[in-house]
Amino acid sequence: MRAAAVTRQRFVTRPSLTRAGLVLGGGGVLLLAAMLAAVAIGSVGVGIGETASILGRRLLALPIAETWSPAAETIIFELRLPRVMTAMLVGGGLAMAGTVFQALLRNPMADPYIIGTASGASLGAIIGILAPLLVPALAVGAGTAWLGLGMVQALAFVGGISTVLLVYAVARGNGRVPVVTLLLTGYAVSSVLAACVALLMFVSGRALGAIFGWLMGSLAGATWPSLAFAAPLLALSFALLLVRWRRLNLLLLGDDQAAHLGVEVEREKLVLTMLATLATSAAVAISGTIGFVGLVVPHLLRLATGPDHRLLLPASVLYGAALLALADLGARLAGGIPVGIVTALLGAPFFIWLLRRSRDLGRAASA
Amino acid sequence: MTVTTEVLVAVADLVLGYPLPGGGRREVLRGVNLSLAPGELVALLGTNGSGKTTLLRALAGTLTPDAGVIRYAGRSLREWRRNELARRVAVLPQQLELPLGFRVSELVAMGRAPHARRLFASTADDDRAIARALFDADATDLADRPAEELSGGERQRLLVAMALAQEPDLLLLDEPTLHLDLAHQVSLLAAIRRLRDQRGLTVIAVLHDLNLAAAFAPRVAVLDGGRVVADGAPGDVLSADLVHRVFGVQVDEARTEGGRRHLALHEL
Repeated sequence: MRAAAVTRQRFVTRPSLTRAGLVLGGGGVLLLAAMLAAVAIGSVGVGIGETASILGRRLLALPIAETWSPAAETIIFELRLPRVMTAMLVGGGLAMAGTVFQALLRNPMADPYIIGTASGASLGAIIGILAPLLVPALAVGAGTAWLGLGMVQALAFVGGISTVLLVYAVARGNGRVPVVTLLLTGYAVSSVLAACVALLMFVSGRALGAIFGWLMGSLAGATWPSLAFAAPLLALSFALLLVRWRRLNLLLLGDDQAAHLGVEVEREKLVLTMLATLATSAAVAISGTIGFVGLVVPHLLRLATGPDHRLLLPASVLYGAALLALADLGARLAGGIPVGIVTALLGAPFFIWLLRRSRDLGRAASA
Repeated sequence: MTVTTEVLVAVADLVLGYPLPGGGRREVLRGVNLSLAPGELVALLGTNGSGKTTLLRALAGTLTPDAGVIRYAGRSLREWRRNELARRVAVLPQQLELPLGFRVSELVAMGRAPHARRLFASTADDDRAIARALFDADATDLADRPAEELSGGERQRLLVAMALAQEPDLLLLDEPTLHLDLAHQVSLLAAIRRLRDQRGLTVIAVLHDLNLAAAFAPRVAVLDGGRVVADGAPGDVLSADLVHRVFGVQVDEARTEGGRRHLALHEL
């Protein structure tokens, strides 16, 4: 029987294990190296070996004899490590959210901020910065932490999430949220909020520097408590997004065909949007609006891994984390400029180079 | 042969329309009745805008009826969960934007989504169904190709394979021969007919070429003004008179040597 023989044939239906191993293994090694370098390098140099020993003893409880000064341990553990880990968490979270939005909106220009998270979070943060200055009574409240967050961070988080909820509600009609309507509504709402942000900056007076620093994105304020707030949220959204890899792949075929293949499209789009928004808002709350990571990383990885989300999602987390850790190291070495400037300044030209290169490769392949 | 009265799909008094931008609705389907026994093969005919695609989308559960009911295996479509329905009904859409970067076999594997049992891997059943779908759609030789490189005919074979990987009982085809040359039209429809003959697959196909429909389907249903105006064997239904009434075009009837009716256009 010819047909019977044919059905025993095996076909490639997933990224190859070799490729997955290379991409994820390479990402893991890169991330570890980036972490060690970013923790070791700074105004007070600590050797890579010593850094690794301190981290191994404190994080993994390895039985390593203490040969270093207490000062080195304090610098590594209290000052640099929270900042580096925040960079990793934010970079991974933004890259993951960017991957999801690019699939959901079927738009290569999509980034984590595209439907209003950034402008909402910015407005929240700026209100948090200005309110204590205008209403002195609030200054007391601004100092106290709420779930490990200051008022600026808490308002940024709430601002990001509630803006996306608003955009989603406005874009909804007849029980459906068409992708184009969602994009346009997000753009319109963002514009209104951006105008509010600009207005507040205009009248902000001496707080302008603080506002500007926040908008550029900075990891200088990273602390263990804010890390402890964002990490569980990002881990949760990563887990819930990863188990949805099949539905993310199917949505690439368009809403109708995804439905024909069994996806409850409208419910799933809402769940995916909110999970990605949760991750984005948590990241933005503890770092400001760092650009480019969430746009570039998914793009570059798609060239390397292919579009299958079962590999793309975990890879984007690893490489996004490594990239932002290194970018923040660059920002520190450049005299403490906001890391958002580094990602845009170095990321954009690299991105253009890669786009041109992949286009040329495509042309060579088809010639 | 035993005569069965079993019904797989039953459309009763289906009314469906779209809201108009200025308010009000445009009714597309105004009381469609149609029922299919398992294993039937029906060509759906009608002018542009007569509601063929709307009917197909309603049958796929993508559009919800304003009135009337569609039953699948005796149960109203509203009561089917999407995933459950996707194991029984597959759709070959008129147009599908294929995402970049997937190879053919990976896309065909997406047809297994409604059957997925493992979180990250496929099962042996999946692998068998994928290989068989590729074989049945005559797409085995395309399996390793990037989907964006396919020609029109190859693309259509890929879409058929994706639909077959769902292992459906009912296959809905929206103009499957669009953009295909005559040889590809014939081979695609012949493959679908063979599947129906061998597997008892039930098929509804929207077609435009009346002679092709007559050669392909033992039963044709003609939509006009939102209703089914003719339903039966092509030899009984597709008369010059009907074509004139529905399409407003004058044609000549001729008989082929096999006794089949053939419709020929007047010279333009």
